[in-house]
Amino acid sequence: MSTFNDIADIIADTCSIDRASITPESNAIKDLNIDSLDFLDVTFAIDRKFGIQLPVESWTKEISDGAAKMEDYFVLGNIARAVDALTQASPVRAPG
Amino acid sequence: MRLEYFQMIDRVVGYDAGARSIRCESTVPDESPVFDGHFPGHPLVPGVLLIETMAQAAGFLALALNRFEKMPFLAGIRDSKLRLFMAPGARLEVAATLEHEGSGFVVAKAGIASEGKRVCDSELMLRIMPFPSVAFSVMMREQAQRLGMRTDP
Repeated sequence: MSTFNDIADIIADTCSIDRASITPESNAIKDLNIDSLDFLDVTFAIDRKFGIQLPVESWTKEISDGAAKMEDYFVLGNIARAVDALTQASPVRAPG
Repeated sequence: MRLEYFQMIDRVVGYDAGARSIRCESTVPDESPVFDGHFPGHPLVPGVLLIETMAQAAGFLALALNRFEKMPFLAGIRDSKLRLFMAPGARLEVAATLEHEGSGFVVAKAGIASEGKRVCDSELMLRIMPFPSVAFSVMMREQAQRLGMRTDP
């Protein structure tokens, strides 16, 4: 839950969304109405906090190609799991 | 500099791929239609054009780091400070360094100095997108070459 809490805090802060309304089941696009520009800021904040590069471009391509559903990548619980997988793959946090 | 044409960079004088940084130079023109309004009898480079100048330096940095295969577009401006007024004839040293490379975007820190003094600085987010057309890509390469950049792979 710790990763999810960090991500929820970032979203609340970056997008001015009530923290209490953000749950692991929230879809960033459909439920929280985060637009693409705000999602860039959210991605940057997540990248910086966890020292990773969230692969949003490849997620978006998979969705537009029909290889994945939006829920697979933009539900917050799934984003938290992706962040955990990336941080475990590169345990040394990168600067930036 | 040709303010009215948004040609803010005169020369790229240094590009360091390893340090992910770029240095550029520009001279504020003696005359420009921009100065007719900003301000009559007291010409100053508008602050938004100083931001644009930093964004173009960061943009050429992002272009080079992406081997001129994708186009950066300004998407966010953060922590900007405009410290000094710049009048006609001022020589500007523009620098940008990549802070973070994300998926489909970069964040750079940029600044302008003149005669050893800090003029302005900012953190800029650029969205990295496919070129809208081949002609656009060719135009950007030609522009970078005119500024002294190498654009070959």
